[in-house]
Amino acid sequence: MSSASSEKSDIVFWQGNEVVARAAIAAGCRFYGGYPITPSSEIAAVMAELLPEVGGTFIQMEDEIAAMGTVIGASLVGKKSLTATSGPGFSLKLEHLGYACIAEVPCVIVNVMRGGPSTGLPTAPAQADVMQAKWGTHGDHPTIALAPAFHREIYLDTIKAFNISEKYRVPVIILIDEVLGHMSEGMIIPDPSEYEIIDRVKPSVPPEEYNPYDTQYGDVPPMANYFEGYRFHVTGLNHGANGFPTTVPDICHNDEVRMIQKVMKDVDTLTEYDEYMLEDAEVAVFAFGSTARGAKMAVEKARQEGLKVGLFRAITLWPFPEKVIHELGQRVKAFVVPEMNLGQMILEVERSVHKEMPIVGVNKVGGVPVPPYEILEKIKEVLQHA
Amino acid sequence: MSNRYEARFSAVGGQGVLLAGDILGLAAQKFEGRYSLQSPTYTAQVRGGPTKIDVIIDDEPVMYPKTTAINFFLSLAQGSYDAFLYDLRDDAIVVIDPVLVTKWDEKYKTYQVPVIEITKTKVGKMIMSSVLSLGIMIELTQVVSKEAIEKALLQKAPKGTEELNLKALRTGYEEAQKLLAQET
Repeated sequence: MSSASSEKSDIVFWQGNEVVARAAIAAGCRFYGGYPITPSSEIAAVMAELLPEVGGTFIQMEDEIAAMGTVIGASLVGKKSLTATSGPGFSLKLEHLGYACIAEVPCVIVNVMRGGPSTGLPTAPAQADVMQAKWGTHGDHPTIALAPAFHREIYLDTIKAFNISEKYRVPVIILIDEVLGHMSEGMIIPDPSEYEIIDRVKPSVPPEEYNPYDTQYGDVPPMANYFEGYRFHVTGLNHGANGFPTTVPDICHNDEVRMIQKVMKDVDTLTEYDEYMLEDAEVAVFAFGSTARGAKMAVEKARQEGLKVGLFRAITLWPFPEKVIHELGQRVKAFVVPEMNLGQMILEVERSVHKEMPIVGVNKVGGVPVPPYEILEKIKEVLQHA
Repeated sequence: MSNRYEARFSAVGGQGVLLAGDILGLAAQKFEGRYSLQSPTYTAQVRGGPTKIDVIIDDEPVMYPKTTAINFFLSLAQGSYDAFLYDLRDDAIVVIDPVLVTKWDEKYKTYQVPVIEITKTKVGKMIMSSVLSLGIMIELTQVVSKEAIEKALLQKAPKGTEELNLKALRTGYEEAQKLLAQET
């Protein structure tokens, strides 16, 4: 069965968590603040090993909340900052995630999703934090969340997450799960020519003229580093251009609208997705993350049986690709939505399609992935009634 | 064209089967130019919980990261045998340590190898039992070449343990050769 020896020297065989850490370093991340939690701990372990080699700093904090605090602090000083966690820790980090949103502090948070609620299933996968990522922190706020499905994509999307966070001064969430975090698969490390590195825009004015939330330069105000002579007051309260608290209704309203708008005006370029065999499809399977891998296998099997089925794989979950899904809804007769939760992203599919048609879930919350044959069965069931 | 091969190594946490699976995956992907992935499962216990690692090898990129039809199953503990004996093809090859797995399903072609005892007497270090098991697997299935598995083993083995690891692997080959000789 073995084929002729053909060694590939540039292949690495890393765990998904290690891929995240190595990509973060490549993106220019020089700070990690965290608190270990399964199944994300390997991200911290690899960052602890690599950061000192590149002049970066790793801190293990006393808890998840403090860890998120250090990430915001390090970013204010000018460092690209990362933290990683899983469900229970993500719940705790949400308080400071809101702070990063209102204070417009770039940072990247990885949630390696496991079964929940509460401590749930520490060593088993889930995709049940996707709505939490969107709505978990209180108040209206911009949310960007990426859900890569392959190790090479995890690498490139981790870099992309840093780029987006720097470009828009927002926290960016990476949602993978225990399967992707712990599995290893072969990958060629992307060459730096394959991606760009974006750094935050710095002020062009002298310190005495600087305001940290000055919108005369656009929706994303230039950001000074702390301790370089610029006055930069930071607070979780609504604030004016100078960063100091205000309750003036117009200022507060306009600022919140701007925080959302700075992201949503670029929604078309921000939403990344992959379409597979959808051209003539009667049924579209909508999937993301590791579930999309089983879904692709199901679609391939369905095609072998002559069924007209395709896969829409969402890579950007937030903002949701609603325009594309709406258009897809005009072409297909039904959607099948497998996910490792009891029906979360399906709500977005229904909202985006916005018309009467079968949109059915295939759901697992027992700590195991959705098997391809169950997706295939659902496809056939839907086709019978479509 | 898919030529999917699925292997599962199971034991209790601490016996080292996760590493064995990792070496097999690396061998296929890096040293044979095929595609592979390995996907572990373990409990929250550091040691003593049922553990498995699934390794999937194919001629094209592996999509679904879990098993669908297992070709090879190895178990070094009754608990893990009972927990993870699923998704097996009818013609799957099974290897058990009969000292640790005393009840098994006759439905599958099952080789009994006292892995722990052989590791103790012929290799000397118990920690090598998973690498010895890997040697048995390679000889029985030929799923990757010996050249590939040895390169992968040497890449993964901690410095100073290379010789002993190779000895364990090759002892595994020999034990499997004995089993195959009995069959002919």
